[in-house]
Amino acid sequence: MQGQALFFSLWQASIETFYMVAISTFIAVLLGLPLGLLLVVTAPGNILDHPSLYKVFSTFVNTGRSFPFIILLVVLTPVTRFIVGTSIGSTAALVPLSLAAIPFFARIAETSVLEVDKGLIEAAQAMGCNFWQIIYKVLIPEALPALVLGITILIVSLLNSSAMAGAVGGGGLGNLAIQYGYQRFDVGVMFTTILILIILVQVIQFLGDLLAYKLRKK
Amino acid sequence: MIFQHFNLLSSRTVAQNIAFPLEVMGCSKIKRRAKVEELLALVGLEQKANFYPAQLSGGQKQRVGIARTLAGEPKVLLSDEATSALDPQTTRSILELLRDLNKRMGLTILLITHEMSVVKQICNSVAILKAGQVIEQGQVNDLVAKPNSLLASEIFPRQTIYNTTSGAILATIAFTKESANEPILSTLTRRFDINFNILSGSVEIISNQRVGQFQLELQGAKVTEALQYLYDLGFAVEVH
Repeated sequence: MQGQALFFSLWQASIETFYMVAISTFIAVLLGLPLGLLLVVTAPGNILDHPSLYKVFSTFVNTGRSFPFIILLVVLTPVTRFIVGTSIGSTAALVPLSLAAIPFFARIAETSVLEVDKGLIEAAQAMGCNFWQIIYKVLIPEALPALVLGITILIVSLLNSSAMAGAVGGGGLGNLAIQYGYQRFDVGVMFTTILILIILVQVIQFLGDLLAYKLRKK
Repeated sequence: MIFQHFNLLSSRTVAQNIAFPLEVMGCSKIKRRAKVEELLALVGLEQKANFYPAQLSGGQKQRVGIARTLAGEPKVLLSDEATSALDPQTTRSILELLRDLNKRMGLTILLITHEMSVVKQICNSVAILKAGQVIEQGQVNDLVAKPNSLLASEIFPRQTIYNTTSGAILATIAFTKESANEPILSTLTRRFDINFNILSGSVEIISNQRVGQFQLELQGAKVTEALQYLYDLGFAVEVH
């Protein structure tokens, strides 16, 4: 594949990748962040201090993270069909991508929020903050730089996983590299795809670092 | 409440940190701004309103902590080892600020500390805790006047190892409110013909009153009379 055909395929694949990564990142943050916060606040000795509930969440997250992504992709087929109405294509790939990313990001969010000094929670309680005020006025703003770096890791990891979406006809850059580059021995396509992925990862990491740096008031 | 490690929000500026309790209480924006300005002036940080905590020194951070606490207009300010992480000079300036607040605003301050110098500098009354029990309690100037009190022995450390000259008497004399102004040592020498060595001793101004303790080694024929004389004058005398 060369010239216009190559360009068109790459363009198409990039859009598919962008679509899958953007939406699954959004869903993973939307649901993973609360789950991560629940892990923090229910942990023994923390504000809600509910060890048995913590164990439930923790086991749930660990289980979710145990599945190799390629297995998850196949196992979830009926669920995917139920949620989005189809089990093939980029949209279908969103379901396993998001479901794998939620527990992953929950753990990342948990570690980021745990970094917030316990003294700040004590001070907030002394000033009369209720539970929600501690969450959105103290924990989230204080953990924000670390969370941004965590989201960067999430995006890069989703970029990786989305390469496997080809298994359900999800398309994307990874799929292009496998189908044309690997299975058809088209070295040109392979290299171009990988080059694009390298550049993408560099740009994502650079932007994430920059944003985290700007947010860190030091 | 103010803390040893300040506990300021690193993502907020000085002004936003001070506004924090006001936000929690549901104050309007206009009210908040006025109050924050007033508090910044009170702790002397008008110039630092838009700085972040990471750009401040320890003493400045504690000033922000104090301003933030005062925003809630507390009746009692709880200071939890607030000067323990600060150098002696900064400690003094923070204590002066606290004393000033106590005098000007009638604010009661409950101060937790392990530094006796802090107690000496600004406290009116004190309770000493050991293993969760109050083991001594009272007005600071009453306690320092008692040579045996724990507070006095912390403020006026004594020599513990000494070899008394044979025939000498070891005594601790505590100067209190009125007696501290008497030139007693020279009086003793003249009236009772006594020689003495000072083993340890110091005089402090506590709550605007001169108090002190001397550990003396006394020699002479009339030591007993001399000590009785001191006792009659109102000194606390303790013979070892």
